[in-house]
Amino acid sequence: MTLVKTKIGRRSFIRTSALAGGGMMVGFSWLASCKMTPEEVNALPKEWFEINGFLKIGDNGKVTIMSPNPEIGQNVKTAMPMIVADELDVDWKDVIVEQAPLNLDIFQRQLAGGSQSIRAGWEGLRMAGATARKMLKQAAAKAWEVPIEEITTSNGVLYHKASNKSAGYGEMASAAVTVQSPDAAPESIEAPEEVELKEIKDFTIIGTDRLNVDGPDIVTGKPLFGLDVYEEGMLTAMIVHPPAFGKKYKSMNVDNVKSMPGIKDVFPITVYPEGVEKQWSDGGGIPELVAIVGESTWQCMQAKKALKVEWEGPSELESTASYGNDLDKLLEAPVTAARKDGDFNRAFKGAAKTIERTYSAPFLAHNTMEPMNFYAHVTDEKAILKGPIQTPEFLEKTVSAVLDMPLDKIDIGMTRMGGGFGRRLYGHFGVEAAVISKKAKAPIKLVYSREDDMTQGTYRPAYKVKFKAGLDEDNKLIAYYVKGVGTNDDLIFENRFPAGAVDNYLAEKTSLETKITTGAWRAPRSNFIAGAEQSFMDEVAELAGKDPIEFRLDLFDRAMKNPVGDPEKNDYDAERYAGVLKLVKEKSNWTNSGDKARGVSAYYCHNSYVAQVLHLTMDGNTPKVDKVWCAVDCGIVINPISAKNQIEGGIIDGIGHAMYSQMTFKDGVPEQQNFDNYRLIRNNEAPKEIESYFVDNGIDPTGLGEPSLPPIVGALANALYKATGQRHYSQPFNTEKQILG
Amino acid sequence: MANFSVKVNGKTVDLEVDGSTPMLWVLRDHLKLVGTKYGCGIAQCGACTVHLGDNAVRSCQLPISSVGEKEITTIEGLSENGDHPVQKAWLEIDVPQCGYCQAGQIMTASALLKSNPSPSDDEIEGAMNGNICRCGTYTRIKKAIKTAAAENTNA
Ligand code: FES
Ligand code: FES
Repeated sequence: MTLVKTKIGRRSFIRTSALAGGGMMVGFSWLASCKMTPEEVNALPKEWFEINGFLKIGDNGKVTIMSPNPEIGQNVKTAMPMIVADELDVDWKDVIVEQAPLNLDIFQRQLAGGSQSIRAGWEGLRMAGATARKMLKQAAAKAWEVPIEEITTSNGVLYHKASNKSAGYGEMASAAVTVQSPDAAPESIEAPEEVELKEIKDFTIIGTDRLNVDGPDIVTGKPLFGLDVYEEGMLTAMIVHPPAFGKKYKSMNVDNVKSMPGIKDVFPITVYPEGVEKQWSDGGGIPELVAIVGESTWQCMQAKKALKVEWEGPSELESTASYGNDLDKLLEAPVTAARKDGDFNRAFKGAAKTIERTYSAPFLAHNTMEPMNFYAHVTDEKAILKGPIQTPEFLEKTVSAVLDMPLDKIDIGMTRMGGGFGRRLYGHFGVEAAVISKKAKAPIKLVYSREDDMTQGTYRPAYKVKFKAGLDEDNKLIAYYVKGVGTNDDLIFENRFPAGAVDNYLAEKTSLETKITTGAWRAPRSNFIAGAEQSFMDEVAELAGKDPIEFRLDLFDRAMKNPVGDPEKNDYDAERYAGVLKLVKEKSNWTNSGDKARGVSAYYCHNSYVAQVLHLTMDGNTPKVDKVWCAVDCGIVINPISAKNQIEGGIIDGIGHAMYSQMTFKDGVPEQQNFDNYRLIRNNEAPKEIESYFVDNGIDPTGLGEPSLPPIVGALANALYKATGQRHYSQPFNTEKQILG
Repeated sequence: MANFSVKVNGKTVDLEVDGSTPMLWVLRDHLKLVGTKYGCGIAQCGACTVHLGDNAVRSCQLPISSVGEKEITTIEGLSENGDHPVQKAWLEIDVPQCGYCQAGQIMTASALLKSNPSPSDDEIEGAMNGNICRCGTYTRIKKAIKTAAAENTNA
């Protein structure tokens, strides 16, 4: 056992004693149509005892565990409670999972993003479970008048072996919440100062396959998502935003639109009034919009079509061609180095062989399947908001500033999200909903059409990167240069691989300001730089006449044994990196793959290591991905079946966007508005088979929602080269002539 | 506005809406059957798929005025207890990620299996190509359809 000090805020252990069972469950099914079956009702405890902010135990042994973080499909709603349940030592079938409300007094980091939910929550979740277990043990020790050290637990039951006593958690729950200080006010109840955490080998839930807790509701179409919120008296709102980036509202003719059936009001809004600073979490929120409020979505859509708004703005608007040129110019412009080891220029000049390549990628929309939306009911007294948001805490702050209302009058509810990929970090749509509700003096649900969603901005930046490499007579990599540029983003992680593995290394970066708004998109920067770097590395290995895996392993060896520069600076662990590469080599039987079209790639981001081998065949001019092998080192895997789902999703997402997707612009106007001309990967283009393997090393868990995406682009490009003899330098690959024929 | 009477999940419902209103919004806004999802509104994504008779159709392209006597089945009416072989296979394979597209995927898959109880890989891809999954659950969807098909033939 590991003893740890409890670090959770003390307030999280303040409890009320008994809560009525029925009352609790009303909060649980916040949408009226979630009727419980008679079996479910019978299984409900008569009383619940709130042990701490994370969990409550019913008198019949049922345990409700709160999942603190927003759910975007990364399945933390199953994984986070699994961690609590394991330390609490209960049977998973007795666990009911509930989405926790925003409450930063209890929960530490209620944010979905950067693949950090599990990594950041790990300790706190374990402690929440372990603390509750200890409190139950204390209660049993007191009741049975035996030392606490003699009490053991298993699957929700407390035992005292010597006296042959046992009791279910449900029986001790009421004593546990009052044991320390029965007569004192709740404020003065102390949680244990020190608790024991399980050894990894004693985990019974962590590391086992547990099905998605929301699965049954998803496959039967229950209301779960923001768009599914329908409240009493609620109206629908839609917005019209400027057709081109850089334009501003001028005027409109609303008379004929206001009289359309079901339309209640049409008005311009200023989302961020003067004096209110936008925060990072407002992203590319457009300050001036036109709002339409009506009875139903279809009626609002008709009004939107009929409404003519005049916009004004600068005559010189940006186009794909213009920023393409500007990025090219920036690639050649001098900048200060982000990292410099040795003397790249000299080594490159003196090298026996050299190679230089440039790669590019377009803007991308997030295109979550559920378009942006939010429910808001703002009155003079309070603001109630509910919807799909990755950053509820930040939304609450902006809404408070915009409405000029104190934080404690604002209530943000989190619904399940129909995809995030970074898009719902930027909650401007929640702010817009609040502003519209206030002006309309009614509860409204703001709904973006797909076109609104795709043309709103907040895109993955467009990028270009240039690499140069030099080899000596022995085909050893002696000089490496990387320079990255992007729109509103500078692309390069200068301390990532191969920094530390090459004697003469130079990394440079700079960014181009644009009006087209950008934001984090699944695995920011890595989503492009990994594929470019790993494609380049393949060419360098080829130039060196070496097997691409051996070539990379040699570099990791160098970084391990004799790192260049200050090893503390290197943002990766070469041994873990090499580990996933060796694992994927073995699992894919790489050495014996003959002349099959296979590509390899490895990358590190979000604290996790991933290596992949992709195998494809050409069907005429169309590549078919037959199989992907993926090796991952993300420390302890909480829920393998769902971890693999994340990995598969990242792989399919990565292949899809690299192959098919792009946003282009003409005079500031997005040229793609919906899925008829924005290509997303389809069922027949996804790999036939994906096999995932985990490195078993007992290290604390790290991110999994993003790391499988970045490297797959390199594996795809490298396999395409094997199949067609063509290298790919600009995404999307399918618009490059070589593939389309 | 006009009066319509439509059969949804075995019940006849009467309502007054504009005849151009797509069934997608009738189901969601008026009948509060929100399992049928909005994704694109232009027949490109399949999130809004329902059954019209035995066929999978895009409800965003189905004005209420054109439904007539035909029976509409939504995800809520696919089975009484969520135990249609396709739903069961979806749970067993743990298909959903965000879950938003899955009602549409399930409705398309269940219509496919009704007309073709043991589809080939190509037939599965052909039928499912109109349903986008932004989370990338395609590989599992294919597997789940095969699992459901196997249960069909064993039953
Ligand atoms: S919403 Fe009907 S196909 Fe996309
Ligand atoms: S599961 Fe998220 S779109 Fe399919």
